[in-house]
Amino acid sequence: MEKKDYKNVFVFAEQREGVIQSVAFELLGKARDLADDLGQKVVALLLGSGIKDQAQTLIEFGADEVIVVDTPELKDYLSEQYSQAVYQIIDDRKPNIVLYGATTIGRDMAPRLASRLKAGLTADCTKLEVKPNKEEELELHSTRPAFGGNLMATIVCPNTRPQMSTVRPGVMQKMQRQPGRQGVVTEFTPIFDTSKFKVKLVETIKADKQMADISEAKILVSGGRGVHNREGFDKLQALADVLGGQVASSRAMVDNGVMPHECQVGQTGKTVRPNLYVACGISGAIQHLAGMEESDFIIAINKDKFAPIFSVADLGIVGDLHKIVPMLTERLRKEMEQ
Amino acid sequence: MNIIVCIKQVPDTTEIKIDPVKGTLIREGVPSIMNPDDKGGLELALQMKDKVGANVTVISMGPPQADVMLREALAMGADRAILLSDRKFAGADTLATSYALSGLCRVLDYDLIIAGRQAIDGDTAQVGPELAEHLNLPQITYVTDAKLLDNGNLLVHKENEDSVQVLEVEGKCLLTVLASAFEPRYMSVSGIVEAYDREVEVWSADKIDVDEGKLGLAGSPTKVFQSFPKAMKAPGEVHEVSEEEAVELIVSKLKEKHII
Amino acid sequence: MVCGLKPTRRLLTTILKMDFSYSKTEQLFLQMIRSFAENEVKPLAAEVDEQERFPIETVQKMGKLGIMGIPVPKQYGGAGGTVQMYIMAVEELSRVCATTGVIVSAHTSLCMAPIMEHGTEEQKMKYLPKLASGEWIGAFGLTEPNAGTDAAMQQTTAVDAGDKWILNGSKIFITNASYANVFIVMAMTDKSKGTKGISAFIVEKGMPGFSIGKKELKMGIRGSATCELIFENCEVPKENLLGQLGKGFSIAMKTLDGGRIGIASQALGIAQGALDETVKYTKERKQFGRAIAKFQNTQFQMADLKTKVEAARLLVRSAAWKKDNGMPYSADAAMAKLFAAETAMEVTTKAVQFHGGYGYTREYPVERMMRDAKITEIYEGTSEVQRMVIAGHLFK
Repeated sequence: MEKKDYKNVFVFAEQREGVIQSVAFELLGKARDLADDLGQKVVALLLGSGIKDQAQTLIEFGADEVIVVDTPELKDYLSEQYSQAVYQIIDDRKPNIVLYGATTIGRDMAPRLASRLKAGLTADCTKLEVKPNKEEELELHSTRPAFGGNLMATIVCPNTRPQMSTVRPGVMQKMQRQPGRQGVVTEFTPIFDTSKFKVKLVETIKADKQMADISEAKILVSGGRGVHNREGFDKLQALADVLGGQVASSRAMVDNGVMPHECQVGQTGKTVRPNLYVACGISGAIQHLAGMEESDFIIAINKDKFAPIFSVADLGIVGDLHKIVPMLTERLRKEMEQ
Repeated sequence: MNIIVCIKQVPDTTEIKIDPVKGTLIREGVPSIMNPDDKGGLELALQMKDKVGANVTVISMGPPQADVMLREALAMGADRAILLSDRKFAGADTLATSYALSGLCRVLDYDLIIAGRQAIDGDTAQVGPELAEHLNLPQITYVTDAKLLDNGNLLVHKENEDSVQVLEVEGKCLLTVLASAFEPRYMSVSGIVEAYDREVEVWSADKIDVDEGKLGLAGSPTKVFQSFPKAMKAPGEVHEVSEEEAVELIVSKLKEKHII
Repeated sequence: MVCGLKPTRRLLTTILKMDFSYSKTEQLFLQMIRSFAENEVKPLAAEVDEQERFPIETVQKMGKLGIMGIPVPKQYGGAGGTVQMYIMAVEELSRVCATTGVIVSAHTSLCMAPIMEHGTEEQKMKYLPKLASGEWIGAFGLTEPNAGTDAAMQQTTAVDAGDKWILNGSKIFITNASYANVFIVMAMTDKSKGTKGISAFIVEKGMPGFSIGKKELKMGIRGSATCELIFENCEVPKENLLGQLGKGFSIAMKTLDGGRIGIASQALGIAQGALDETVKYTKERKQFGRAIAKFQNTQFQMADLKTKVEAARLLVRSAAWKKDNGMPYSADAAMAKLFAAETAMEVTTKAVQFHGGYGYTREYPVERMMRDAKITEIYEGTSEVQRMVIAGHLFK
């Protein structure tokens, strides 16, 4: 089979406990762009148990076809069960591109499949596009961070198909949902080799939202002297909850006993590098900046317009955090509900 | 019990800086370390050795300089160290790397293979599962706990975004582990004193069970098309506006950045 | 003359050559000890100082890893390492916490070393494995209220009572005292013979008539337990005489020669730690619109300090190398300690100055380092004693 015979953009539509994950819709949005550029179709793979009736949702978010595998073996994600099913679909349908979410599921299954298919796989991509090569064939360019985010690399698969990538959640844009959008739903029945099912799920423990390490957090709402006291931090906590983040602190508020030392950002505390760092009432002493200036996006709210924190902020607001933070929390809560 | 631990020598990416003029990576003077997740994997193997007795073999693929990392593994308590080093492996992507490692594993005796979740230079998390597939082994990734049961099976905790799965695996398998769950021990002083009197076996491609055509660049389906430094941060904006406007500004920025 | 060249040639080929670089084993060791110091010792340093608390948990961790028995041969339960590795450990530990550095130094150089060098096989088998594993901590008692620099003026006595020795007297400023299990103690067995009437004993915690007196409140190294030892008709078994009768003073002096390499490393570590802190701070601290590291005054002073620290390191390594290779090292140890201690004092004082007002506060570690540095010019022979030793070798 030649490269050009591999067609269509496949998206593994990840579900957990029957709920299709947000990353699946994001991937469909990107797959739609890629498929349009290629003049091919978007095909979603929906695997699970009792999930058939959700296929239409995937169509409304951009899929032209949904291949459904609805079987009790696939109730919970297990590497071998899922890999066998997806492998058989890929082997049967010969897709050009296959996208997975860069989640613990996608990153467990995709390399397993890549190895089985002898296909190229690019991990944790933040940008995908199709571009012509020297022979004017369109190929997938997958761009991803490497070296701890210091470098970006664009990866191609010049000789093999399918071209596969796992894609970082939260990066790609979902399509606007189109209710009533038409598409095909195909059921697929894999033939399982159960002799290879060596891993048994004993139980699933839902993670309780415990106090996690701030250096691992993707979103931090951090407070300084301007927060004043515990009540001030409650406002920050409310904002962090809405954003799905955690609260951190400057040294000043740790020293005066308002916040525990585990929350301290800065030279004598922790170095953090979240996607979003909201600095509230933090003046930005050099020792603090050293611990957070590598954050992807920094918002600073401070009364003093000469505060050094503004020199590292992407967005600086000169104002009273005690008013702005609760208003912002309320506004975001409404936003999330929509 | 024979345990193989896959370890990789990586540049300490926290020490890597960008040349502000050229915009390129400054790799000079950046120390090479044992990849943290792999070190966590070695710690898990050594804990099993402490508890139930095991023979721990560390394997690595890389240039001769990786010798020092394998000595470190020996000084931590590993029993045997093998470095797969051959020009034929050059240019390998994750698939060709995992294939070469599988060729080495095939000629060794093992009951369990442990690898780190991912390496800090590439962050792909692909070599472990790809290796498991080459060897036709069940895999459990993102492991935070593993213990041997009386029936000989392993009881393993796998950490997902929203849950922990408790899994029981029968027979040989491959685990990829998280550094955060296994605080690695220090090398012991006596281990260090002995480290250079012990042998680090250096193996070339002809000693392992592989089809040489699938090694290195030739066996790698992916190619790096280009690499470039992350875009420099544009100077930020500071606004002195009403509270309502401030909230709108923030919300629109968060949307623009896909944070909400 | 043909034969004139011969001895020189022979010397060149047979003499051991010192290598200034770290061996591969030493590099591996440095990686381990540095990360141990950074992760396990540094976080406790301020608290240990502030609360004058002996970091027993660190000692236990060090014991498990073999840091408490680095140069002790394997057959005695040690790690089988070199003096060079041991002093690297003291340096790295002292770089972040001088208290931890001196605990290891006193334990190794002043207690285990004399047992290794002068002990009987039975004594070595009895004491070294427990000391090297860190289960027991070691100490050394020479100084008395009236016998400091003039160590020959010992007033503690040991009387032969047939089946045992009876010790009376007291020792002061004893490092590790309240946590130690084994003490090397000097006492007069024959006053009429002067220094030749001094003998060394191995005294165990709990021996009848032996107690620990008051704890000193010190300027620096405040976590090390420095106490008085009291002997009131203390009964020590016959077999606990260390070395020959009447050789105690010589044993003490040889022990201090070795100990000085340890203290020199401690001083070196303190100096290096203060230098590191100052480099970091001056790069971050901005005045008049630029980092103070950009000012030539900073650069020139720091260049001088760095040079002295490196010179101290070479002296320390050279002395340790000679000890490792069985060569005389008494003068080398004295020079290393003299120079490293004075360097530590100078570097830490200037480090505080570079930190300005912050340097005088406990927010930054340099004020502690400055207090810690001072003792290195005093204990195990003051700088004046080192000069006496060096001059003694020079003019002999």
